[in-house]
Amino acid sequence: MVRLSKENGLNCVLALALLAAPFVATALDEPFYITLATRVAILAIAGVGLNLALGLGGLVSFGHAAFFGLGGYAAGILASHALNYEPILSSPFELNGTTQMLVIWFVALLVSGLAALLIGFFSLRTSGVYFIMITLAFAQMIYYFAISWPAYGGEDGLSIYVRNVLPGVNTMDPISFFMIAFVLLMLVILFSSMIKNSRFGAALQAARQNDERLATVGIHPFGIRLTTFVISAMITALSGALFADLNRFVSPDMLAWHMSGEIMVFVILGGVGRLFGPVVGAALFILIESVFGGISEYWMFYLGLVLLGVVLYARGGVIGFLAGKEKHD
Amino acid sequence: MTDQATQPVLEISELYKSFGALKATDGVNLTLYPGEIHALIGPNGAGKSTLIRQISGEYPPDSGTIRFLGQDLAGLGVADRAQLGLGRTFQVSSLALEFSALRNVMLAVQAKSGSSFRFFKPVMKDRDLVDGAMKMLEKVGLQDRAHIPAAELSHGERRQLEIALALALKPKAFLLDEPMAGMGPEGSKTLTGFLGGLRDQAPILLVEHDMDAVFALADRISVLVYGRVVATGTVDEIRGNRIVREAYLGEETS
Repeated sequence: MVRLSKENGLNCVLALALLAAPFVATALDEPFYITLATRVAILAIAGVGLNLALGLGGLVSFGHAAFFGLGGYAAGILASHALNYEPILSSPFELNGTTQMLVIWFVALLVSGLAALLIGFFSLRTSGVYFIMITLAFAQMIYYFAISWPAYGGEDGLSIYVRNVLPGVNTMDPISFFMIAFVLLMLVILFSSMIKNSRFGAALQAARQNDERLATVGIHPFGIRLTTFVISAMITALSGALFADLNRFVSPDMLAWHMSGEIMVFVILGGVGRLFGPVVGAALFILIESVFGGISEYWMFYLGLVLLGVVLYARGGVIGFLAGKEKHD
Repeated sequence: MTDQATQPVLEISELYKSFGALKATDGVNLTLYPGEIHALIGPNGAGKSTLIRQISGEYPPDSGTIRFLGQDLAGLGVADRAQLGLGRTFQVSSLALEFSALRNVMLAVQAKSGSSFRFFKPVMKDRDLVDGAMKMLEKVGLQDRAHIPAAELSHGERRQLEIALALALKPKAFLLDEPMAGMGPEGSKTLTGFLGGLRDQAPILLVEHDMDAVFALADRISVLVYGRVVATGTVDEIRGNRIVREAYLGEETS
């Protein structure tokens, strides 16, 4: 039984609007908008990942660009080896690159999950401002590493000449590629909603509200938070892998702290902890970027105004503004 | 009286804890036996809450041991000790304020009934969790307020909810830190009756300022002054103890 609350109704409208966007763009003969819609879907996935940690768990990670970039580099590195016919490793065993998206996604999830396990293990011992700073510091370490490591382009980044492949789908067709991103976005949102309502989600939300209370009933907040941080990072890495394929290019910019900030803006604009918050947030961000970006190079100023308005007057973000305050059972 | 031949559930020996020059816990020895309510009284700043926090695992003691069911608790955190069976309530209510009363208790039922690493089944469809939590709310008389967020409950209701949470853990011992605080005379009376029945379930270490409640409930009383236990005894022994009257009950002795 699905309760069709105001928020659920709004979510359906948002999902349908995003799904319709590329088809409307085709009808209007504006293929560029298909790319924009694809960007929204992909970046929204990154937001959904961060929202799990930030929204449900109250973990303000300012280092999610690390996972976004790791996902991107997983795609870029595997593809470049495959396209150049150079094995990644030749001894002790031969390890080849691949252009199969499914394999790339798997590697992106694996690598980012391990990185998050390590980063989370250290940073989750802190909280508040210290947590923000430590996650930022870890991400910047990876960023500078990428810049100074010449094998994969260093500062110049790495091009993927042909978009990677997925069995049964022509990934070079813009609408097909959009559909891949859209379906994955819906899947990660569904997954988040299941987590939110599950036992794990209950413990996670309790950890945000009062971790002393959680420990007093006998649940270790640390384990709950670390698991969340890892899942959150993996979802964001999936987004990074898709983003690399969309642009057919990976660069250290994906790892930079601007990117962490951008992902955080998606979440806050849309509504912290709301299922479709990152979708609205990413869409608004991209709209402002493409509308005002065309008029003035100071488009960030207008974004700042909108963000200020949301933080001051609409704490629940756009979703909170439209659907009202969130209700718990 | 307690049967001294049985093993204590909780046994604190030679416990010391200082904050700088302040000796908050100064060589405390304390036991809690099955079936008893052991009240811990003392003036403000005597170190009662500090002692509770060392038992619950929030503060590590400087030295000394705390044994629970025969096991040394050293090195175990709050969650570990809760899992072993310490059911604690707080002096100032500590709840997940956005959650309803029901979901607060469900958290405790969940912790007691298996892993929290389950990602898919919705908790609200888990009859065991919902019914188990509802039963605990009925015990403390909060069933009609089950779906109200903890933040909107009255002070007294939050105190009751704390007790429901501790009950749901089916603990082997209760640590109750001033459960009557701010309850009002009517509420205190009801709660006193309720706690009296609880001792059959598990023994209670009760920190309390409400002397009517303490004298009505306690099997034994320990008096803590400046971090030291200055007296331990039955209600009558403590009432008649000259040191206690001077140090704590504030009566001049002629």
